[in-house]
Amino acid sequence: MAYIGGKSLGMELVRLNNVGKTFGRGKKRVEALRGINLTIREGEFVALLGASGCGKSTLLRIIAGLTGVTDGEMLYRGKPLQGVNPHTTIVFQAFALYPWLTVQENVEAALEPLGVAAKEREDRSVRLLDRVGLGGFEAAYPRELSGGMRQKVGFARAMAVEPELLCLDEPFSALDVLSAESLRGELMELWQTGAIPTKAILMVSHNIEEAVSMADRLIVMDKGPGHIVQEVPVNLPHPRHKKNPAILNLVDQVYALITGKTQDEATELGGKDPGSGQGNMRALPYAQINQISGLVEEVFNEGKKVDVYQIAPRLGLPLDELLPIVEALELLGMATVDAGDLTLTSLGVEFAEADIQHRKEMFADQIRRIPVISWMERMLKGAKDGDLDKDVFLTAMALDYNPVEAPRQFETAVNWGRYAEVFSFDEDSDRLFLEKEIEERLRHGEADPTLHSID
Amino acid sequence: MNAIRRRIIFAQRQPSGGPLLGSVDILILLALAVAVYIGVRLAVSAPPALNGPQINLSPHALPYYALLSTGRMLAAYILSMLFSILYGYFAATNPKAEQIMLPILDVLQSVPILSFLPIVLLGLVAILPQGIAVEIAAVILIFTSQAWNMTYSFYQSMKTLPTELREASAVFRFNWWWRFRKMQLPFSAIGLLWNSVMSWAGGWFFLMAAETFTVGDKDFRLPGLGSYLQRAASDNNTSAILWGIFALVLVVVVLDQFVWRPLLAWADKFKLEMVESDNPPTSWFLEVVHRSQLASWLGNVTIWRLLKALDVQLGGPLKSGIVLENEDDAARPNWIRRGLTVVLLVVVAYGIWRLGALLITVPVDNYVRIGVGAASTFLRVAASLVIALIWTVPLGVAIGSNPRLATILQPVVQIVASIPATALFPVILLALVTLPGGLNVAAILLMLLGTQWYILFNVIAGTTAIPQDLRYTTDLLRFSKVNRWRKLILPALFPYLVTGLITAGGGAWNASIVAEYTTFNAKTYNVTGLGSLISEATAKGDYALLAASTLTMITIVICLNRFFWRRLYRLAEEKYRME
Repeated sequence: MAYIGGKSLGMELVRLNNVGKTFGRGKKRVEALRGINLTIREGEFVALLGASGCGKSTLLRIIAGLTGVTDGEMLYRGKPLQGVNPHTTIVFQAFALYPWLTVQENVEAALEPLGVAAKEREDRSVRLLDRVGLGGFEAAYPRELSGGMRQKVGFARAMAVEPELLCLDEPFSALDVLSAESLRGELMELWQTGAIPTKAILMVSHNIEEAVSMADRLIVMDKGPGHIVQEVPVNLPHPRHKKNPAILNLVDQVYALITGKTQDEATELGGKDPGSGQGNMRALPYAQINQISGLVEEVFNEGKKVDVYQIAPRLGLPLDELLPIVEALELLGMATVDAGDLTLTSLGVEFAEADIQHRKEMFADQIRRIPVISWMERMLKGAKDGDLDKDVFLTAMALDYNPVEAPRQFETAVNWGRYAEVFSFDEDSDRLFLEKEIEERLRHGEADPTLHSID
Repeated sequence: MNAIRRRIIFAQRQPSGGPLLGSVDILILLALAVAVYIGVRLAVSAPPALNGPQINLSPHALPYYALLSTGRMLAAYILSMLFSILYGYFAATNPKAEQIMLPILDVLQSVPILSFLPIVLLGLVAILPQGIAVEIAAVILIFTSQAWNMTYSFYQSMKTLPTELREASAVFRFNWWWRFRKMQLPFSAIGLLWNSVMSWAGGWFFLMAAETFTVGDKDFRLPGLGSYLQRAASDNNTSAILWGIFALVLVVVVLDQFVWRPLLAWADKFKLEMVESDNPPTSWFLEVVHRSQLASWLGNVTIWRLLKALDVQLGGPLKSGIVLENEDDAARPNWIRRGLTVVLLVVVAYGIWRLGALLITVPVDNYVRIGVGAASTFLRVAASLVIALIWTVPLGVAIGSNPRLATILQPVVQIVASIPATALFPVILLALVTLPGGLNVAAILLMLLGTQWYILFNVIAGTTAIPQDLRYTTDLLRFSKVNRWRKLILPALFPYLVTGLITAGGGAWNASIVAEYTTFNAKTYNVTGLGSLISEATAKGDYALLAASTLTMITIVICLNRFFWRRLYRLAEEKYRME
């Protein structure tokens, strides 16, 4: 069903059969991927898309052989992969250049282990650097170059080993907008004219516009644990212009896929108390308070309803920063999402118009509905002095979330709870208090336990 | 001195998690106690009297003595470097080994090295000719003072290599040699070098102690700059004293200018940051070398040839697949490991039993003396630290917050700080020993001279690290002088003070071995103290007392380190860290 994007589809390079990946073991077990089925053929440009934590980078590393699978199988040209995949290389997000080697030495370093003779190494690296437009910079050190030029070195180094499958790990996301745009254009030119012997490209991205404008097929992933939501073929000729309605339409569709649809309240709020082991625990999205109110105000100013794909570039937020904020609005009942549209609820509108104190009260009411926060409040009320050690919560939360997630969940809950004046937290003693308890103590003339200064 | 550099320089490891003293630590301490026991057993057959070398006070002999001293330093340094890289490499790449190698490093780095000197000397003299034995003892002593921070620095670099660089090396199929040469060694170069400079400076302190070590009839001295100065002082020969100090300072300065500074300036290219440093280390000598045809030709025929040859021999593509993370590595014990552990435990248990039998023979009176001695030495150490704080904090803050003062004073301070205090000790004695309480004052003075610099340099570094914005805010809020210190300077300095005090405290305990009991001008002077007891036991050949007092000192210092300093350090890390 895959569309032939300018190149004819050939042999199957990569096949993942029901692949799963778990890190750690025992209590520290974290499931990163589950049930992944994916093939990549010669001539294809495939993009992996999804929110952060959906395992797209892990998937790329499995294909490159940097990490093994714990379930299922990973085949390269029909054969199971043992260790590092010799037919691939990676272009890294942060370039991964060795700062103590010159530009040319960096490229040559990739050829040295392969036993390429010195003369040939030099010729090849000079030629490649010339091709990516870095002729004359051979003797420079990476720190003398701009971000865009550094990534060109990254590309030249990757091409030097002439990989069959070129893996790109968010290669443009550390660059400024203009450099990223021009580098994308140059890569597409090399790829489509066949100037490089690369047979297929796999790119991880959290920029939907970028993926739609470059790839032949999009793999949309979601977290908890990482799985493929849908494959979206991109049936459009190159060059693809950003304002092309067909492109915009596709971008909108993908945003809709990724943001999903707001469910009824019970489903959104999710399950039971932490530690009950009954699962279905809703994880809080890591959104800051001012981001939440900022997005509410932005949507309000736009007429209470916006297209997510339009607001994302305007706010200058990459996908993995925008998604948690959108999720938070849904969870707090301030907005609903459907088909890529974000609409404020009446509550959201009221919040946008409220003053600071009223906002806090509304926020407190809303977060008390969230099971994990109401559970924390009940725990504190049951405690002798209305305060409990952080570890008490972490231990219980680790049962429902994984051990990496539990502290982050605690932190987010405390952040929200502090703003809403539901509870307060004393960093020195690592104890969580009921906010009411603090007021009580102040009234009785005790020193405020949260106001330790550093003297 | 920026914050990064500070972290590198004073890289004594203080793990931020875990128990203050774990069961593995206790096992290591017991093993160390067994090592002390073995040393003492050997020492029993040491000859009762030893004759030291004749020292020629003519200035013409000085180049030869300087060469001898530097040679010992070099031998120990090469040993330290090899050890650091090997030990650090295995600890960082083998998670099973890491579980035991790191605690060993933690314990060894806080042990007072000099307290082992008598046992090592006596043990070696018992089995080797005196000349060779004392040379080896000196090198071992310097090595044990140099190796730990370098090892930890290398290990730390190996562990903190950015994931992307490691992944890139795997994707491009670097085998172990390419990874070491292109990535691990360059990445750790800066840390290793800065720690080398520190270790080298510390090494002088121990070398001078070893060169001049004499107790009673046992003269363990070595011909070198230290013994030259000692003889000059005991002969009250002022011109020889001046010549000796001049030679020592000259050697230190020459090494600094022609070896360490050029190396540090050259190593700046190995930094990871993708921006140029504001204030990179510079060296006029390195620039001369860079411009010189001869030097580049020499480099080509030696270093580059050697590297090429090694590349051919050791380089190549990664053959078997490696997987980056050690996934299923929950250290499953296997039979060999279990067997080895059991053997080790049996050996340690047997050693401890024998040691116990030896310690029982020490009369109760002596244990009382050990207790009183430990308390006295503790008071001296505390006094020296307090005195050091009193003068270094105001001066350090002044230097750190005043760039003009810094440009004038920094070089002076660095030169003064580079003179090993143990070399000056005989000169101090000459001035003080006849006064009432003179040795007490001299002992505290030696502790102070040997350790105050760690505090001063940390205070300067801490002051420069205070963000300018905070200073401005404090000015705008018009804080009183007292409030300024209470609210800004002292809290900001706290982590730096703790780091400096940890190193200084360890150094002061070391100094007590040479300072509290000394043979000067053929007369023995001593004050009550644990260091004095160790020396006295060595002189009298009371090996049970030697073992008991040495073990007491090790235990006290380790406990202080763990239960006092480490707690303070964690507090500093959690609460007062600006970064």
